[in-house]
Amino acid sequence: MAVIEVKRRALSLVERTYLPNLLAGLKTTLKHLVGPSETMEYPEQRPAISPGYRGVPTLVKDPHGREKCVSCQLCEFVCPPKAIRITPGSVAAGAGVDNVEKAPQAFDIDMLRCIYCGLCEEVCPEEAIFLQNQYSMSGYTRAEMVNHKDRLYELGGTLPDRHFKWEVKKAAEEAAGGHH
Amino acid sequence: MSDFFFGLPTFVQALAKGLAVVLVVFPVAAACSMAERKVCAWIQSRPGPNRALPPFLAWVPGIGIPQRLGLFQLAADGAKFLFKEEPLPDHVHKFYYTLAPVVAMVPAFTTVTVVPFGAYIASGGAVVPLILANVDVGILAVFAVASLGIYSLILAGWASNSKYPFLGGVRASAQLISYELSMTLSVLPVFLWVNAPGSAGTLSLARVVEFQSGSLHSGWGGAWFLLTMPVSAFIFAVALFAETNRQPFDMPESESDLVGGFHTEYGAFKWSLFFVAEYANMIVGSAVFVLLFLGGWNILPWVPLASMLRGLNHATGWALWLHPLVAGLVSMAIFAGKVLSLIFVFMWVRWTVPRFRYDQVMRLGWQKLLPLSIANLIAYTVGIYFLQG
Repeated sequence: MAVIEVKRRALSLVERTYLPNLLAGLKTTLKHLVGPSETMEYPEQRPAISPGYRGVPTLVKDPHGREKCVSCQLCEFVCPPKAIRITPGSVAAGAGVDNVEKAPQAFDIDMLRCIYCGLCEEVCPEEAIFLQNQYSMSGYTRAEMVNHKDRLYELGGTLPDRHFKWEVKKAAEEAAGGHH
Repeated sequence: MSDFFFGLPTFVQALAKGLAVVLVVFPVAAACSMAERKVCAWIQSRPGPNRALPPFLAWVPGIGIPQRLGLFQLAADGAKFLFKEEPLPDHVHKFYYTLAPVVAMVPAFTTVTVVPFGAYIASGGAVVPLILANVDVGILAVFAVASLGIYSLILAGWASNSKYPFLGGVRASAQLISYELSMTLSVLPVFLWVNAPGSAGTLSLARVVEFQSGSLHSGWGGAWFLLTMPVSAFIFAVALFAETNRQPFDMPESESDLVGGFHTEYGAFKWSLFFVAEYANMIVGSAVFVLLFLGGWNILPWVPLASMLRGLNHATGWALWLHPLVAGLVSMAIFAGKVLSLIFVFMWVRWTVPRFRYDQVMRLGWQKLLPLSIANLIAYTVGIYFLQG
């Protein structure tokens, strides 16, 4: 590459007094002074959350209102900071959840340990755990910062099932005349 | 009421007047610190402090306006400085360490006494300036007392017994001495012009304003000195920035290389005294600039206060315009408006211009500003000689 010689122009007398640049600077700051504020005033104004945001992990129910988690404990095993603790339990007969055998008896996520990595969401075979939009977790005690099962479902709500794992399977079974 | 006041012994009168001025200047100086934070925030496209509000006032309608302006933040900060623990580091020279903030405050408020801040029209039609002590030394007293202010910085820097404050104190002394020369020299042409040969010589600031209070047919007399001596005004303004330790000349503080400069070891109320003293110095400095170069309490060049009030009297038919109290308040409002605008310029410049390097400050002071002010003095001396014959 050729060497480009940059001609350094000697500053004129006016430029050397430093005043034109000072005035230019004052003009710029005045523009900002009268211009609008760029700050988002947080508790009143909230930022728009883009899809794919990794907020607080939550448990979700399927469109029929059924518990999706089958307490396979994959998330517990994959969780790098060991924030998840699951106590597996069996499904009560006649609870309307006859497609699965197990459900969590207790499901705790310690938000003081959680690093919001999203591995639990990624590993879940039932698409039962999602990192959703909530970005602010606070509490006065350590105990308050542990999300129990009921709180996790409260935060998670019901998400439209993206893949309809069970529905699709059931429909395929019916179309095949009862064969798998 | 006024009879009662003038019946009091002279020193009680003087005390009352002095107290009144301090009670105005101190809160204004404190409010300037909030104004500084707001101006800084607006220049950086932020809203600035706008949250603090005592819960028991929340029901007052329209309380949101002072809240958004951060006035309650100011009160909260002041209360905090009063009540927080006063740390006294182990390694300082305790007497001088405690003395320094007081030495900062005293000159800042003493200079106020010789600065006129308004005028009223006496029954004889004469314009009488409002001033605590209308002494002939005027500007000389301001310079003499204000230069004592550096002792506080040197004292603070030395008494802190720690290297960064010490460096700050050394820088302060060198800088303030360098710029004092240019400042004094830039003011001389003004007084050369005011003190025409044959007239009684005075350095009074009120006389300078009186000189600038000419009407249109009095020619040069009505022109503000900013118009007739722009170079003087410029040098004075630059030196004022340096003397009040404002950016781009805040060498004594320069928080990026000296932690906090001379006040590194200070906290709580002592620190806030330095802060208020800095703003009080700014107020007095701006006031002196307004008196010398911006026509004091006259609203426009060639429109003196007296003819403005007489014009208003004619236009509205309201004789009260000439009442001493109204005239005094109007003149004080005009003067305060000018001073506060100038303080805004101080803040505006602070948040625009980066700090000079120390050698640049010295080079600017000794090699540029001082020769310029000497040349300016010589040019105006010759000019005034031919003008006044």
